Order: sequence, then C-alpha cells, then structure tokens
Amino acid sequence: MTPRQIIGRIGLWFAVFVIVSPAILFFLWMASLSLKFEVDNAAYPPVFIPEHFAWKNYADVLASNRFLTYFINSLIVTGSATALALLVGVPAGYGIARMAAHKSAIVILIARITPGLSYLIPLFLLFQWLGLLGTLVPQIIIHLVVTVPIVIWIMIGYFETTPMELEEAALIDGATRWQVFRHVALPIARPGIAVAFILAVIFSWNNFVFGIVLAGRETRTLPVAVYNMISFDQLSWGPLAAAALIVTFPVLLLTVLAQRQIVAGLTAGAVKGG
Amino acid sequence: MSALTQSSPAAAQSGAAPEKELRPPSYWPFVVPALVVVLAIIIFPWVFTIWMSLNEWKVGSPTTFVGLSNYLRLTGDPRFIEAIGHTLVYTVLSVLLPLVLGTLAAVVFHQKFAGRGFLRGIFIMPMMATPVAIALVWTMMFHPQLGVLNYLLSLVGISPQLWVFHPATVIPSLVLVETWQWTPLVMLIVLGGLAAIPTEPYESAQIDGANFWQVFRFITLPLIMPFLFIAGMIRMIDAVKSFDIIFAITQGGPGSASETINIYLYSVAFTYYDLGYGSAIAVVFFLLIVLLAAVMLYARQRMLWTEIASGA
Repeated sequence: MTPRQIIGRIGLWFAVFVIVSPAILFFLWMASLSLKFEVDNAAYPPVFIPEHFAWKNYADVLASNRFLTYFINSLIVTGSATALALLVGVPAGYGIARMAAHKSAIVILIARITPGLSYLIPLFLLFQWLGLLGTLVPQIIIHLVVTVPIVIWIMIGYFETTPMELEEAALIDGATRWQVFRHVALPIARPGIAVAFILAVIFSWNNFVFGIVLAGRETRTLPVAVYNMISFDQLSWGPLAAAALIVTFPVLLLTVLAQRQIVAGLTAGAVKGG
Repeated sequence: MSALTQSSPAAAQSGAAPEKELRPPSYWPFVVPALVVVLAIIIFPWVFTIWMSLNEWKVGSPTTFVGLSNYLRLTGDPRFIEAIGHTLVYTVLSVLLPLVLGTLAAVVFHQKFAGRGFLRGIFIMPMMATPVAIALVWTMMFHPQLGVLNYLLSLVGISPQLWVFHPATVIPSLVLVETWQWTPLVMLIVLGGLAAIPTEPYESAQIDGANFWQVFRFITLPLIMPFLFIAGMIRMIDAVKSFDIIFAITQGGPGSASETINIYLYSVAFTYYDLGYGSAIAVVFFLLIVLLAAVMLYARQRMLWTEIASGA
C-alpha cells in the first residue's frame, strides 16, 4: 500500500468509529447503569465500570411476579397480532401482486401516515361498548394496525419479484389457484415471509401508544410496564435500566442476528412507502 | 377436476362481462380476509373519527351533533396553535439532521471494510430498540446533576445544561434523541441509492482529476437525490407523529414547552376524555401531514424543473 492509501484506510476506520460509537456507547452505558448499585449510579463523576456488579438488579426485576405477567402479555399480543397479520396479509399480498392492483396500496399509505392515536379514539369506544376492555383482545386487534400493513406491503413487493412461469405451468396442469399459491408461490416466498415476520414482531413488541390507553393493571405489555416503573421508582436507576434492557434485549438480539432481512425489509418498505 | 369446480364461481361472477378474461376475479378470495381487517381497523376508525369530530362527545355525558364547532374551537385554541409551532420546529430539525448525518454515514458504509455487515447491524440498533426503553435511559443521561451528558460536556469545557428540564433546550434535546434513533434509516435508504449508481461517472471524474468533495457534490449527490427525497418524506411523516420518545421523556413539558400536536391530542382525548374535540384534532393533524407531504412533493417538482431549465 502506498502512504496515501494507508492514510485513506486510517481515515476510513476513524470515520467508521465516529459513526458507530453513539450507538455502541449508548448501549454500553445502558448496560453499565443496569449493573450498578445506587451508590455508583449517583456518583459524580460517573462510574463506568463498577467495582461490584449489581446482578441483583436483574434478579429483582425478573423475580417480581408482575414482570412475568407483563412478559407473557407481550408475548400473547405480539404473537397473536403477528400470526393474524401473516394469515391475512400473505395471501393479500399475493392477490394484490397478481392482480397488479397497485391502487389498493393507497390504503396502506393512508395507514402509514395516520397517527396511531387516531385509531385509538374510535376503537377505544368500540372496545368499551363490546365490554372487551380489561382483556388482551383490544390490544391484539389494535396491534393489527401495525402488523397488517407491514406484512401486506412487504409481501406485495416480494411476490412481484417471484417468477410467474412456474405458477402458469401449474395452472395449465390443472391446479387450482389456491393449490398454486399453497404449493408453488408460498414455498418460494419463504424468505419474504421471514422478513415480514421479523419486522411485524419488532414493531408490535416495541409499540407503546396503544398500550397506555388500552391496558389495565393486569393487561400491560412490557413497554407500558417499564413506563409505569418510571413514575414509581424515580431514583432507583439500576433496576429501571435493567428492566429497560430486558424489554429491548430480544429486539436487539433479533436486529443483530437478522440484520440482513431487516435491512432488506426496511429499505424495500421504505423506498416504496414514500 | 378441481380446476373445474374452482373456475365455475369465477365464471359466474364475471358473467356480466363475458369478454373479459377469467383471471382477475379469481384472485379476490386471497384479498378478502385482509380487506375485512383493513375495513375494520383502518377505514371504520377513520369514518367514525370524522363523524365524532362533528359531535360534542365526552365520555360519560350524552353526545350532541354540533357541526363544525369543534373545528372552529381549534382556531381559537392557543394550546393547539402553540403545539403546531412545536411540531413544525421539531419536525424540520428531525428531518434535516438525520438527512445530513445519514448521508455521511451512507458514504462511509458504502466503502468496503472488514466487519461491515456486523457494524451496520450495530448502527441500526437505535431504530429497532424499544423506544420507551431508550427514552428511559436518555432521561437518566439528561439528568442535570447526575447525567452522563453534562459530565461529557464538562470534559470539553462546556458548562452544564438543563437539557429536557428547561423550555429553551427541551426541543433540541428531544431532537438529539430522535436524530440518534433515526439517522440509521436515512443511512439505509441512501446506501441503497449509492449501490444503484453506475461506476462510469466516477471513472471519468478520476481521469479529470476531481477531488473527493467535487465528486460528492457533482456526481454522488445529484444521483442519490431521489433517495434523499424519499428518506426526507418518510422522516417527515414519522417526526410529525413522534410520540413515544416525547411522551416518555417529557410528557410535553416543562410546562407545555415540548407539547406537539400528537401529545396534545393524547391529553385532549385520553386525559380530558373530550373525544369529539380530540377527533377534530386528529382530522386536522392528518390533513396537516398530507399538506406537508404535498409541499415537499411540490418543492421537489420545482427543483426538477429548475434543474432541467438551467441544465439544458
């Protein structure tokens, strides 16, 4: 390498370091907060790596039986909303792609633009009339607002790129459209379904606004539960940070593991979403 | 056999227009379940919201039709007017900063280096992480006495700030969080644009001896403009609606210094339970977003025309 190239290399690595460090430092600091006793968290200048790790912060959060309830609530809401969205969204994406009904995407666009609170006002009343408040059903239904458009959007894009020849051959051989979908299109679309699944899970898991309105004491999901901890434990940062990290850990893990799918899904959805 | 039974209802359906091909209608069964869901959770709420906005509708008291008076009330509501101002400032900053930083990051990530995929995964973590969890940690970092941000400032000799605890700095502080969170999305979109650029212009620029800045300004930037526009549009839509971060960190405070339209909407609808008025805010809010999108589209169109006019 010439000196010029070496300088360029060093410059590049410096730029990479500068760009990635806000994310890395933030999450390291989050971990640090969650592993410190109150003495260390209240220290100034701040302590980055404590002498004694406060693993009990995690133990305390996990041991409280409410936390387990909220975790299960989150699993049920995200799981059901994602499963239902895949169930209706994957065939819909297929149908829209094959009919080339691109105008129908306007509805998805409206859904994308609409603030979440606008759905909440009428649906809140509806759930009240139906006597569903106090159960998890309202949250499962309203999370469909998040998951269904994601799944339809990604699946339209995916089915548009899969080749038609195989499907046409199967039709000529006498297969029904349903059989073609089930045995030809669906297996090919598996990577697309994986992308839709991952993004639906993440955005449903992270959702906060629907929960603060619709969740009661027993039906909180994790983001709402963590938010409610703030007001009660204003000064115990350790357990709070530990709870926050536990809530977001599954998502962070998924982000690093399924990085390629997430990038593909977000850029496809994003580029078309505009 | 099964093909026969399947095609007969489709044939019956399209009986009105026999000359049309049988194919299009037969895909409808795939779409119908999703259509029902979309009608129930997206279309119905919208229609109902518009209807509610024409009524005096409070939880616990009888509803009365009041026509447009909820909308008229908006025009004289100082808190709403103020919220529009906060929203616009917050949005403009939360669009521009991620656009600039995200483009720079994309140029860097477009280079080849070891561990690029992994580092890109780290880089996008802020936008995938649970917003409330993020907000919680930022709140601790903003703490005027014990927060790590004031400590970092002190290292470079800047006096401590009040961050989200002072009306003058609360919106910039929240924008800092929003920028940290969403710069990765801009980066990903622009990175997609960079990947689509052909290599020829770069080769001829190299022969002509153009420097890095000239290459970026006159080749890269014009070619990624469509992607920047899309990124800006998405950013605008998300920044206007931003809720989790603001609500979890300041709830619109101190006072009402960071109360955006969305936060005000929440207060009206779910703190005061004034659902009719809240619905009117929701409708106006939606129209405002559409208006902003239209302005951006118009600006882009204007830019294209002037480019063509001056360039040719």
